[in-house]
Amino acid sequence: MSRRLTTGGSRIDRSRPVMITVDGREVAAYTGDTVASALLAADHPLLSHGIYSGRPRGVMGVGVEDACAYVQVLSGGGEPMVAATTLEVHDGLAIERIAGRGRLPSDDDTARHDTLYSHAEVAVVGGGLAGLRAAVAAAEHAEGSRVLVLDDGPVLGGAAADLPADSAAGRELRDLLARLSGLDEVSVLSRTTVTGSHGHGRLVALEQRPDGVAKRRLHHVQVDQVVLATGTHERPLVFSDNDRPGVMLACAAADYVTRYAVLPGERAVVWTAHDAGLHAAVELADAGTEVVAVLDVRETMAGPLAAALVGRGIALHLRAEVTGTDGSDDETGRLTRVHTTVGTFDVDLLAISGGANPAVELFSHPGGRTRWSEEVAGFVPDVPAAGQVGREVVVGAAAGDLDVVPDWRETLQPPATVFRADAGDPELVFLDPHRDATLADLRRAHAAGLSSVEHVKRFTTIGTGADQGRGFGVLAVGILAQELGRPIGEVGTTTYRPPYVPLSFGLLAGRNRGELSDPVRVSQVHDRVSHAPMEDVGQWKRPWYFPGTTADGLEELDASVAREVRAVRTGVGMMDASTLGKILLQGSDVGVLLDRVYTNLFSTLKVGKVRYGVMCGPDGMVVDDGTTARISETEWLMTTTTGNAAAVLDSLEEWHQTEWPGLDITLTSVTDQWAVVAVAGPRSRDVVAALAPQQDWSAAAFGFMDWREAPVAGIPARVMRISFSGELAFELHVPSWYAAALWDAVAEAGAPHGITPYGTETMHVLRAEKGFPIVGQDTDGTVTPHDLGMSWAVSRTKADFMGMRSLARDDARRPDRRHLVGLVPLDGTSRIVEGAQLVAHGADLTTFPVAMAGHVTSAYPAGHDGRPFALALLDGGRDRVGEVLDAVDDLVPLAVRVTGPVSYDEDGARRDG
Amino acid sequence: MTVSERLPDHPAFLWREDEPKASYDVVVVGGGGHGLATAYYLAKNHGITNVAVLEKGWLAGGNMARNTTIIRSNYLWDESAGIYEHSLRLWETLEEELDTQVMFSQRGVLNLAHNLSDAREGKRRVNANQLNGLDAQWLDAQEIGKLVPILDVTDRPRHPVLGGTFQPRAGIAKHDYVAWGFARAAQALGVDIIQHCEVTGFQTSGDRVTGVSTTRGDIALGRLALSAAGHSGVLAGQLGVRLPLQSHPLQALVSELLEQVLDTVVMSNAVHVYVSQAHKGELVMGAGVDAHVGYGQRGSFHVIEEQMAAAVELFPIFARAHVLRTWAGIVDVTPDASPIIGHLPFDNAYVNCGWGTGGFKATPGVGSVFADTVAEERPHPLAAPFALDRFTTGRLIDEHGAAAVAH
Amino acid sequence: MLRIPCPHCGERDATEFHYGGEAGVDYPSDPAALTDGEWAAYLFVRGNPRGWFRERWFHAAGCRLWFQVERHTVTDEVRTVREGAA
Repeated sequence: MSRRLTTGGSRIDRSRPVMITVDGREVAAYTGDTVASALLAADHPLLSHGIYSGRPRGVMGVGVEDACAYVQVLSGGGEPMVAATTLEVHDGLAIERIAGRGRLPSDDDTARHDTLYSHAEVAVVGGGLAGLRAAVAAAEHAEGSRVLVLDDGPVLGGAAADLPADSAAGRELRDLLARLSGLDEVSVLSRTTVTGSHGHGRLVALEQRPDGVAKRRLHHVQVDQVVLATGTHERPLVFSDNDRPGVMLACAAADYVTRYAVLPGERAVVWTAHDAGLHAAVELADAGTEVVAVLDVRETMAGPLAAALVGRGIALHLRAEVTGTDGSDDETGRLTRVHTTVGTFDVDLLAISGGANPAVELFSHPGGRTRWSEEVAGFVPDVPAAGQVGREVVVGAAAGDLDVVPDWRETLQPPATVFRADAGDPELVFLDPHRDATLADLRRAHAAGLSSVEHVKRFTTIGTGADQGRGFGVLAVGILAQELGRPIGEVGTTTYRPPYVPLSFGLLAGRNRGELSDPVRVSQVHDRVSHAPMEDVGQWKRPWYFPGTTADGLEELDASVAREVRAVRTGVGMMDASTLGKILLQGSDVGVLLDRVYTNLFSTLKVGKVRYGVMCGPDGMVVDDGTTARISETEWLMTTTTGNAAAVLDSLEEWHQTEWPGLDITLTSVTDQWAVVAVAGPRSRDVVAALAPQQDWSAAAFGFMDWREAPVAGIPARVMRISFSGELAFELHVPSWYAAALWDAVAEAGAPHGITPYGTETMHVLRAEKGFPIVGQDTDGTVTPHDLGMSWAVSRTKADFMGMRSLARDDARRPDRRHLVGLVPLDGTSRIVEGAQLVAHGADLTTFPVAMAGHVTSAYPAGHDGRPFALALLDGGRDRVGEVLDAVDDLVPLAVRVTGPVSYDEDGARRDG
Repeated sequence: MTVSERLPDHPAFLWREDEPKASYDVVVVGGGGHGLATAYYLAKNHGITNVAVLEKGWLAGGNMARNTTIIRSNYLWDESAGIYEHSLRLWETLEEELDTQVMFSQRGVLNLAHNLSDAREGKRRVNANQLNGLDAQWLDAQEIGKLVPILDVTDRPRHPVLGGTFQPRAGIAKHDYVAWGFARAAQALGVDIIQHCEVTGFQTSGDRVTGVSTTRGDIALGRLALSAAGHSGVLAGQLGVRLPLQSHPLQALVSELLEQVLDTVVMSNAVHVYVSQAHKGELVMGAGVDAHVGYGQRGSFHVIEEQMAAAVELFPIFARAHVLRTWAGIVDVTPDASPIIGHLPFDNAYVNCGWGTGGFKATPGVGSVFADTVAEERPHPLAAPFALDRFTTGRLIDEHGAAAVAH
Repeated sequence: MLRIPCPHCGERDATEFHYGGEAGVDYPSDPAALTDGEWAAYLFVRGNPRGWFRERWFHAAGCRLWFQVERHTVTDEVRTVREGAA
């Protein structure tokens, strides 16, 4: 049986029928229908079941105030827990009924989710009469103001759109829409629900786009002024068995008639506490529902509304209440009978309206408080409290203005406040149908000693369902207040939190997925090295190793690294060092700054020289290291570790601007402007000489820690004689656009010497043999330069440097601090594991705790001699060289001998080649 | 259509609201989990029952009501592992101790490693945990894939899963049940529970604190135990003490109720994902901490967006779940991300604060340790390393390396 | 969304900025002269009020200026802004 009326329906397009599937059964609908209206039209009242009770549940509302009609979408990849009252139908939509819990579809979400940003002077939330009046006023009175109207419906007008075109509201709506369309600076976003008001004029909104490529969009809206014209949510009334299919909110029932041409019942009882319920009764009667009785809790009723009911032959019962309902025995459990204080009625619709709750959620998000208003019989914004962020104004019904619709102004009777803590059988009075929470639960909470609305919510789960209490929340507060014997305004509501309606994780992720979930940074020579396996270093992708081809296929990590290490130690290797952080420091006071931020002295550095430096935080712990070259009297180039570049630059900027603004310094990141290729190994000089034969690269002419400007392979370059491997090495810095050309030229010039590209792993092996720590690997924020054995890099002559005072504290001078040491396996062959903890040799590993003396920070299967070695932080380690300890990994000990941190070329002879 | 099972019922009676008396042997300021647990153990373990817990709002309505309920003890440093493991052991018998359900579920906590540096740190921590007698394992990506089938352990994600640490005895509990359980048990032993009683100042005499001024009148006290999380700094300020604390917004969120997909707690510090599926079926997720000081219990929305992007990257199946509700707590963070437990510079005043994001899991542990410290008027051995003077000596317990956001 | 008024660029989302904590905490002129306690106070103790707070912000993703803002830590209202962040 169809309950679709033959005429009317402002939101449906009868020329565009669609077919949807519900629990495997086809249901005919029209474009513009929601799932709820389509099912009501098909006389299909059952939409869900109670999560614990399994009780059948239908549609109660017409929008976001509905508290139980949530369905599982099966089509389009599927989606759990979608509100049937706001989900618009489309061909092929398939849904399934659920019992309070959704199901995550397992296939990938391939939908496109876009996030859009808009800016305007004014945002008006809600396109009803109050909102449109505000929008027109804002646009007409403040010339040039951009006004954005956001409305959750498919058409503007709110309640006025559901009133006859020739009503005063209908005429005003037409006039407002005409004026809006003539205002260039006004934009309208329909089907757009503002989900959060995040303060300082920021709104987040969800746009539904039934015809769009992206079905939904997320909007970030930034404005100076937010006008909240969010209207009201219809409030239910309670009684025993108030959750049956066929029990609906009265205005919602009438809206199904006017919007979707659906008659929600053949015979109805209407029960109301305010005029809107009476209007709904008239509309239902005029649409063809036999309204057998209208019950009003109020004492008196006079004027045109009463006359309208009487004129239609409808009995109006004052001071009357519903006490319970009966339902069918079949699966649908639909309403069959209503028990009231004035008799029992056999009906299939009970339309109830307990009042109108101003929709204050968005007002509350940034901290707005509400107060109870007896005139409105609802919580209204308590505006404006001093000291609150003042970019929000609330207008219309949301502000408690009962006069918004002009047609109703003359006849308005005050609403009644009715909560009924004594309603029926408490186990059958549902206060959150979605969570199956009842009046009995609320009473149990009270009996357990709870009085705060927040405690009661948590005890009962009332208000935690998918509608977040929009349906029953205020009603439950009213009942609690009666139970407690306190005024409702004193009890108050729970806090409203974003989002106003649910937002999918995928939509919030937007385009920031896969490759775009975090920016990928690659060096300027990436396309020359991209065949190598990459190591993630922060956002950077760095070549980890360069596997060669063998008879068995590609080399594994260990074999490749062994070959790369051998090449650098005995011949020549090349490495992309472009990801090193590079900071250009300019000005006459750079030396002063460097002396303050490095532990060692820099101001004395001569032009043409490079110096290694260690940086500590004010707490004395190592935060970074690197080299700085003096380019000219007033220009210096600092390098930082790859991961710390931004932090070091920011820190320098902070110290300069906030503590020493008088210093003449300008800081610029040039990481991306310079590409760097390191050429390292005893044959590196031959390679550089081949690239720049006109230069004298001899150790005498170009010493260790010198730099010079020289064309390399015809490319203007800065060549630095610095070494992170201990071998003779040259760092070639060129402007980025020459990066690939330089890489190719080095490879070509090195080919006769067997030049071998190497990655981060080999770099780590090479430096570890030299005992050079990696900040962040061999340090962890608790390590001083002294702990690293770098006292030589800590000035004893400077008056102060960053961290100096902290290093003077007793704890920083304890002899048993953890020092950087080397380790070798006692058997000479077993591999030491990074992260292994160091314990006494032979310690009992079955009785806990086992005292730990340190841990392995870096470990490699083979150094230059092919033997495993490691670096570690060890309590008092510098005094323990030669001692045997156990390095324990997964409770398996490995005997290791403590060595000094340097295991290769201790006297530094190899750096000159 | 599948009908779900209800959670167990609460006890028929939880606690009554007491009126403040003129004086108490111990006044605990802060009626959150820590304050309630402290009061309970003062009464239970030390026989000190003339105790008031003062709460400025509704009981356990601060971080206790707002956290993501993760319980674990697999911290790096001995000092941290000591107090958290003490707590985890108390969790394991807490239902019997309090004679109420707290829904403690030892479903295991997984901490993911996404790069070589994470992996090194993870192995170091597992080894330290094992040698401290904790249950800890290092799992490779395949093992993690078996444990959590919905987690994408392929190399597809932007930050692929390389492995992770796993503590099987770790898990979650139902926060309200815990707080209410402590309140009920403490009150049964004689402790007064006083809600809507905000401390506005203190009375002191020489080296002693003699009383508190509250919105419900002055209360004299024998000993003072501050346990007010994000508000500790403000309260200590009223005593003229400046604590090394910054209070920041920390956000969390829940989804709608969903059929079970995740029976392990998964944490990824690198991409700020902390997720479990609670008993009723909602996904509970913690987000990152806002950098600025904030007491508004509101966080920045971009933090939520970034977290969702990271979550969907790791758990593609989450894309169609919905955020039902977001909220924020106020976490008090110290410079070394470890708590402060011990004496304030008064003979009879003690503080327990600075737990940052780690407070919930410590509830029973620090409750007992702090109660012992207050009762015996000297630091409990597990509390001693967390004394305020470590910031002067420099002997910090730096858990930043282990987890910048510790949850 | 917290919005920070950069004195140079105007009001922008807080995501463009780095937070710098309490303003007006000067680096000691002679750290060596301080006791360990005084030095610890400089290192670790910062204002953390519930209410108005004069704090430093850095327009990291903008003009790179450090500046001072007076913000209410409960409501996030901003009432004064000034260049210079000493």
